[in-house]
Amino acid sequence: MSSQLAPIPILNQNASEERGEIARLSSFVGAIAITDLVKTTLGPKGMDKILISASNPNELIITNDGATILTKIYIDNPAAKILVDISRTQDDEVGDGTTSVCVLAGELLREGERLVQQKVHPQTIISGWRLALETARAALQSSTQDHSSDKVKFREDLLNIARTTLSSKILHTEKDHFANMVVDAVLRLNGNTNLDNIHIIKKSGGSLRESYLDEGFILEKKIGVGCPKRLENPKILIANTAMDTDKIKIFGGKVVVDSMTELAKMEDAEKEKMLNKCKKIVDHGINCFVNRQLVYNLPEQYFAEHGVMSIEHADFDGIERLALVTGAEIVSTFDHPELVKIGTCKLIEEVMIGEDKVIRFSGIPSGEACTIVLRGATSHILEEAERSIHDALCVLAVTVAETRTVLGAGCSEMIMSKAVDELAAITPGKKAMAIESFAKALRQIPTIIANNAGYDSSELVSQLKAAHHQGDKKAGLNMRDGCIGNAEELGVIESFKVKQQVLVSAHEAAEMIMRVDDILRAAPRQRSNLQH
Amino acid sequence: MSLVFDEYGNPFIVIRDQQAKERLRGIEAHRSHILAAKTISNIMKSSLGPKGMDKMMVSQDGEVLVTNDGATILENMQVDNQIAKLMVQLSKSQDDEIGDGTTGVVVLAGSLLEQAEQLIEKGIHPCRIYEGYETACKIATEHLKTISDSIEFSKDNIEPLIKTAMTCLGSKIVNRFHRQMSEIAVKAVISVADLERKDVNLENIKLEGKEGGKLEDTQLVKGIIIDKGISHPQMPKIIKDAKICLLTCPFEPPKPKTKNSIEITKAEDFKVLGEIEQKYFTDMVEKVKATGANLVICQWGFDDEANHLLLQNNLPAVRWVGGLDLEKIAMATGGRIVARFEDVSADKLGRAGLVREVGFGTTQDRYLSIEDCPNTNAVTIFVRGGNKMIVEEAKRSIHDALCVTRNLIRDNRVIYGGGSSEISCGLKISAMADDIASIEQYAVRAFADALDAIPLALAENSGLPSIESLSTVKAMQIKEKNPRLGIDCNHRDTNDMKAQHVFDTLPGKTQQFLLANQVVKMILKIDDIIKMGPGADE
Repeated sequence: MSSQLAPIPILNQNASEERGEIARLSSFVGAIAITDLVKTTLGPKGMDKILISASNPNELIITNDGATILTKIYIDNPAAKILVDISRTQDDEVGDGTTSVCVLAGELLREGERLVQQKVHPQTIISGWRLALETARAALQSSTQDHSSDKVKFREDLLNIARTTLSSKILHTEKDHFANMVVDAVLRLNGNTNLDNIHIIKKSGGSLRESYLDEGFILEKKIGVGCPKRLENPKILIANTAMDTDKIKIFGGKVVVDSMTELAKMEDAEKEKMLNKCKKIVDHGINCFVNRQLVYNLPEQYFAEHGVMSIEHADFDGIERLALVTGAEIVSTFDHPELVKIGTCKLIEEVMIGEDKVIRFSGIPSGEACTIVLRGATSHILEEAERSIHDALCVLAVTVAETRTVLGAGCSEMIMSKAVDELAAITPGKKAMAIESFAKALRQIPTIIANNAGYDSSELVSQLKAAHHQGDKKAGLNMRDGCIGNAEELGVIESFKVKQQVLVSAHEAAEMIMRVDDILRAAPRQRSNLQH
Repeated sequence: MSLVFDEYGNPFIVIRDQQAKERLRGIEAHRSHILAAKTISNIMKSSLGPKGMDKMMVSQDGEVLVTNDGATILENMQVDNQIAKLMVQLSKSQDDEIGDGTTGVVVLAGSLLEQAEQLIEKGIHPCRIYEGYETACKIATEHLKTISDSIEFSKDNIEPLIKTAMTCLGSKIVNRFHRQMSEIAVKAVISVADLERKDVNLENIKLEGKEGGKLEDTQLVKGIIIDKGISHPQMPKIIKDAKICLLTCPFEPPKPKTKNSIEITKAEDFKVLGEIEQKYFTDMVEKVKATGANLVICQWGFDDEANHLLLQNNLPAVRWVGGLDLEKIAMATGGRIVARFEDVSADKLGRAGLVREVGFGTTQDRYLSIEDCPNTNAVTIFVRGGNKMIVEEAKRSIHDALCVTRNLIRDNRVIYGGGSSEISCGLKISAMADDIASIEQYAVRAFADALDAIPLALAENSGLPSIESLSTVKAMQIKEKNPRLGIDCNHRDTNDMKAQHVFDTLPGKTQQFLLANQVVKMILKIDDIIKMGPGADE
């Protein structure tokens, strides 16, 4: 009978399997741990995290942005990875709410865990959650407001949304300043949601307050030597072409010479070819030439002689943006000047930001583009400021496309949780428990916001709940004074699309994790060069 | 017996036992096989049915995958045991052949082996067991045909197809929107199906996914979506009445396949070569332009200069399109793929009503959507979802639904699900078993018992008292002579699967029985395993 006792290996060595309760436990624990990690960053009084890179201890990031924190930390737990993924997707899709989505999913799972311990079957929980989600979405939808027809009011809405988004970030102290800045920037786009047109430049030095919105386009490059430094109404040619040596692209071409004179001739021919190219470029009747690639001394000199300002090595993004804003075409061949669109603007000048010289293109025809110049004491502050501005820009762009707004400050969560609670009251069967748990998870968001601000969350949230049940649909948390206030008057407004995305993705992820009853882990790939 | 002695008493070695890590023989071998197979089927059991659970898989590189699809689970499980590998193969062949029922087939095989184990304990020879199984399997497949029902559908009446697809999607995460998903799947299949020949080429359906948005944003696009953008930022992003030139040659000077080198020895040559090069580019663009094309889709890259020339000539272009995608575009637009610039001509252009570039979210992901193609035979299902894992799982689920719909179009016979067909077959086999005079009677009966595993697992996963519900349904089936009674997984208070609209395809179910039976037979025939020790191959 010995063989019956001998283990029969089914899976690969080092591969492991977790089943049933243990699997569920491990996913709950993982998801909740991640939630606890990021939940302190939630809300206007949320705290920041320092992330230190493993490979380079000197490289550190200080941030409040959920997606940044989550994508930077090393995680082994598969359920936690799902949460990281929803947070990242949220970032890609709407740009903000990255912490909320993770926290909501985690809180749902925390409630789910409690129910599983009470021997409620996961499938029952899932079907309850689904009913709850529908109700919550309907409630959220009915609480929306739309001011898009009224320009002044809509701008006010946007400002409020920007302030709400920025209030949890490092820009908190200057939020009015920055809110105005981002709203101006987004409104310049005229309904276009392509954020490419908004360029963010970081220059350390000065204080955050000195950041400003520049109506032109700023290119962080230098003007070539000996070129004019200031041009009014320039004619700009934007090119992507080699201005060092023009290689022969025909396959197998190579130069073999048999004497010094031939070599000299060859050099001359090369030079002539380049000068020819320069001449063709100048023949476009331009006085500013911007190239994606390097411009060598010879052409630079030629351009300077002919009064053409040359700007070299603008990268891909720079070139594309510049082409977009000046209305020029990106050119690589120069034989048909009549077909090429030449860009223009009012003024090109070299200006100083802090210590650095940059090139500023102002008075841009399309008027859509602008540059946000961020100033700040350290590079960490600048990085974080950029992330915050990016979040705000994304949210505003989303709001411009989907103009409905909802109230923040825990107000919309309360509206949803109230609706879900009412559903639970009329639902017979065990599903009701799951529905209740959904409402509870929704209430966790204001609870965490209050906790983070150092207020008595139980007191505040129960007051808030009571206010909503008494019919005050605009009650929200006033985190300045630590009491209940009118969220609309407080000006805490969020984008409907962001809120809805948070709700839906959090539910999707929580359901996905809830459905798992078995975790199979493959043996880690052997890496011979990596010693632990 | 690895050591034998010749007539002089000298020993000689037949099998070098010392190096073999282990050797199992006879009944021990059977036991170990059955145990391994059972382990696999036990893992899969909980994924069966509409209330089945998912599995979370962590790959070698730490990537997470959440799925309910039997074939996918097994494929990623990295099993080491040889018998377990057979089970993996089993599920895979069901996937390749039918595309659905991959979990059920493994559970069935596991259960057959479990029954076989008891018979082996009783002392029945494995050969007799699988002969009995063979008989029983034949009875079962015959019986399936008699209880099958055929459903009628046409291009305008796709409701029955949707119902079947819904059964298939019922167990997946997409079941929140399974009506919508089924409609998408069925419409996709119908639009590419050749109802005359009863054939469907699933290659014409492209599944493209992008995380973000919600599951219900998933949509069916009549046309093709490819994960590429227009090559130059300033080319038009929307092209109406596109005439598409499909190229598999790069917009670059030709590279002769034979190795060559051009030696430039004189300055004049250098100039001439420069001019030739320029001419290449202009010629290429002109040739394309001359055909009247207004969109170029190329499998390879372009040189910067070519890219600009295309822009200047108002020829939007797409580069680095994969070979498969290019073929699909060619099929949809009716164009011909051209491999040399000399061959481009107006009649080889593909046509599409609308080509546009679409972007999603805040990142710069651009997709090219080619719509209103003359050949409607190509569609794309564009899946959205809250995270990457959901999108992947939704894609797999939709693929299953597509397969099921295809099978129905090929063969419109269905049998009812919810374990009803297994119960009915089980009853039939038990009844027939009494007429068998030989030892196989036991094996045939065992087969009938093994079939119970499916309804049992269904009931268990749905949170019903498994044995009780099975015996109730069995009794009802005998009493009412109604083979459509099954386990009421969705708690709809009826056991009649016809009323619940739970269908499976007949070929799918038959295939499950046959495949499971074959693998079991194969496993039972093995009576000796010799496993080489790690040092053996040196």
